[in-house]
Amino acid sequence: MFRILKKRRLAYGTHDFWVEAPEVAQHAQPGQFVVVRIHQYGERIPLTIADSADDAIRLVVKAVGKTTYELCSLKEGDELADVVGPLGHPSEMGKFGHVMMVGGGVGIAAIYPIAKKLKDHGNRVTVILGGRTAEQVIMRDEFRFADRILITTDDGSLGIKGVVTDAMKKVLEEDTVDVAWAIGPTIMMKFCALLAKEYALKIWTSLNPIMVDGTGMCGACRVTVGGEIKFACVDGPEFDGRLVDWDELLKRLTIYQKEEKEALEKYLKKVGEPSWL
Amino acid sequence: MAVKIQPNKTPMKEQEPEVRIKNFNEVALGYTEEEAVKEAERCLQCRVPMCVKGCPVQIDIPAFIREIRNRNFEKAAEIIKRYNNLPAICGRVCPQENQCEATCVVGKMKDHEPVAIGRLERFVADWEAENVGLKLPKLPDKRPQKVAVIGAGPGGITCAADLAKMGYEVTIFEAFHEPGGVLIYGIPEFRLPKKIVKREMDYIRALGVNIVTDVVVGRSITMQEILDEYDAVYIGIGAGAPKFMGIPGTNLIGVFSASEILTRVNLMRAYDFPNYDTPVKKGSKVMVVGAGNVAMDAARTALRLGAKEVTIVYRRSEKEMPARIEEYHHALEEGIKFKWLTQPVRYIGDENGKLVAVECIKMELGEPDASGRRRPIPIEGSNFIMEVDMAIEAIGQGPQKILLQNFPELKLNKWGYIEVDPETCATNIPGVYAGGDIVTGAATVIEAMGAGKRAAKAIHEYLSSKVIGHKT
Repeated sequence: MFRILKKRRLAYGTHDFWVEAPEVAQHAQPGQFVVVRIHQYGERIPLTIADSADDAIRLVVKAVGKTTYELCSLKEGDELADVVGPLGHPSEMGKFGHVMMVGGGVGIAAIYPIAKKLKDHGNRVTVILGGRTAEQVIMRDEFRFADRILITTDDGSLGIKGVVTDAMKKVLEEDTVDVAWAIGPTIMMKFCALLAKEYALKIWTSLNPIMVDGTGMCGACRVTVGGEIKFACVDGPEFDGRLVDWDELLKRLTIYQKEEKEALEKYLKKVGEPSWL
Repeated sequence: MAVKIQPNKTPMKEQEPEVRIKNFNEVALGYTEEEAVKEAERCLQCRVPMCVKGCPVQIDIPAFIREIRNRNFEKAAEIIKRYNNLPAICGRVCPQENQCEATCVVGKMKDHEPVAIGRLERFVADWEAENVGLKLPKLPDKRPQKVAVIGAGPGGITCAADLAKMGYEVTIFEAFHEPGGVLIYGIPEFRLPKKIVKREMDYIRALGVNIVTDVVVGRSITMQEILDEYDAVYIGIGAGAPKFMGIPGTNLIGVFSASEILTRVNLMRAYDFPNYDTPVKKGSKVMVVGAGNVAMDAARTALRLGAKEVTIVYRRSEKEMPARIEEYHHALEEGIKFKWLTQPVRYIGDENGKLVAVECIKMELGEPDASGRRRPIPIEGSNFIMEVDMAIEAIGQGPQKILLQNFPELKLNKWGYIEVDPETCATNIPGVYAGGDIVTGAATVIEAMGAGKRAAKAIHEYLSSKVIGHKT
């Protein structure tokens, strides 16, 4: 069993966990993920590793469906049935020069360990953090190591009023960028990739298709990259966003929409108002 | 001959097809004591038993059948377990018609079916579980050496159990949250109830084997860390990576690998959604591509999930079909349709990316190919459209890459599987053994178990001959 050591709320519906998982913590590298199953009736869901220290890993979870709602209801001291990982290939590391790190919503947690390590490698790091509101721009104090931080909010409550691609454009007009990462909602990554393509900029995106096992055994997570079928779990999860067939991925993410809705409704009927979110 | 032998096998009760297609309960219901004794009496008790030669783990078949005849079922179980750690499973899923029953002398007699060795094995295992419970053999003194087994599938479990019975300290590393490998994620409940797999796993644990789940070797722990800590290693990670034909439209909504459907339904219990959180798509008109056991399992699963019509398409003919004959018959009884000499060439989707039809082409058989079977050749201009809302590809699996990428020193063959000495399962790395599907490509449970047994013997010889001390 995998104990929740620490938990705090970062924003409405977004929670920050430190979970005891020694093998994972000792082997995790930026860019990798774990598959989590909360109890014996649970489904297996992939979650990006936001950080690791000693025997624990950090997971930042946004409540979007039954499993993540339930996960966010757990408390310090509670245990998760399964945490498997670290899975997927680590992010490509090295000294590239100027790197642009774009995080949207809960994707901010995913770019955090990559940005930090890129800084350690001697890169100049520009960070763009986006959210619907100021509250949703999570973890922004933790990016103090960055050389430059730009924040965007949909409602203008913090930073630039607009979306992350507005800030990307601003940086790309002012400066040269050697490589970028963009992690967030699929639709955001699609537009980041389209923009990067215009600037002939390599942009790593971390794909979040539906997965079951996370070890290459089922093919649920297949995506088309550069015209070829790839399994995001073992071939990715990071791919050059310019080569990804985003529209196909967006469609594939809707496969279980009906069932996802049914499961969440049934759960909320059982537990009542999700006041913990 | 003094006694006349019944020409046919004693029938085993089954759920009626119209009932069973609406549930996931086991189809075959097993023998009663009387039926088992009656069937055991068909055995000739050959002095040179051909059946044993057909068994990959060389069970003393006449001996356990003799004990059934004498109604000494407990003794029969003890005999089987000397050779086979998982008899309730093998009795259910072994392709006996190609193994022990293929070589059975009764089966060679005119108009006679062989002795139903598989059914008798199943009977004995179930009888023991019900009437005796968990019974351990005498275990020897502990030996100091430690062995790691990677993968808790049938081969790894067999290897681990045999080594534990010799006194070694054995740890199995399993990537999934439940041990059993293909027995848990692949073979459906209606062929192999999961409580039987659990029962056999309890037996393995009771032998002292330590099963650690949620560990992906190559990621959660490296091969180097395992080699540093253990005196010998058995790799039995299977061939779990599903293959796709790669035809246009493969990523449409509604196209699945059989592995995905079966994993959702078997490992994750998606047939009981939303009581279990994992959902599975329910097709109405379903096409399954391929005609092996996995294809049969996927087709029969789709039917039980509520499909109106399930059609298996296969590019060769009925004669070349690789599925077990019993599974084929079950599928036919349940109303699964078969379209032979048919090959999908393109998936067709609607504007939302949902599968609506499959374009197929008719095939004919030409000269034999490398597999010895006649090669299917497309008939030009024979294309036709089949309307379906779900397509499941069951065309085979390849090697799982994670461990192999983490252990590049390991010598592979040209197909990407691990190269071993077939006698000992030894790889090119001293102390590292491998067997099952990761060596042979997708094969059977019992063949993997046979490899696990050979490897256990070889590991014992290797560790016994080592003069240097053990790892601590």
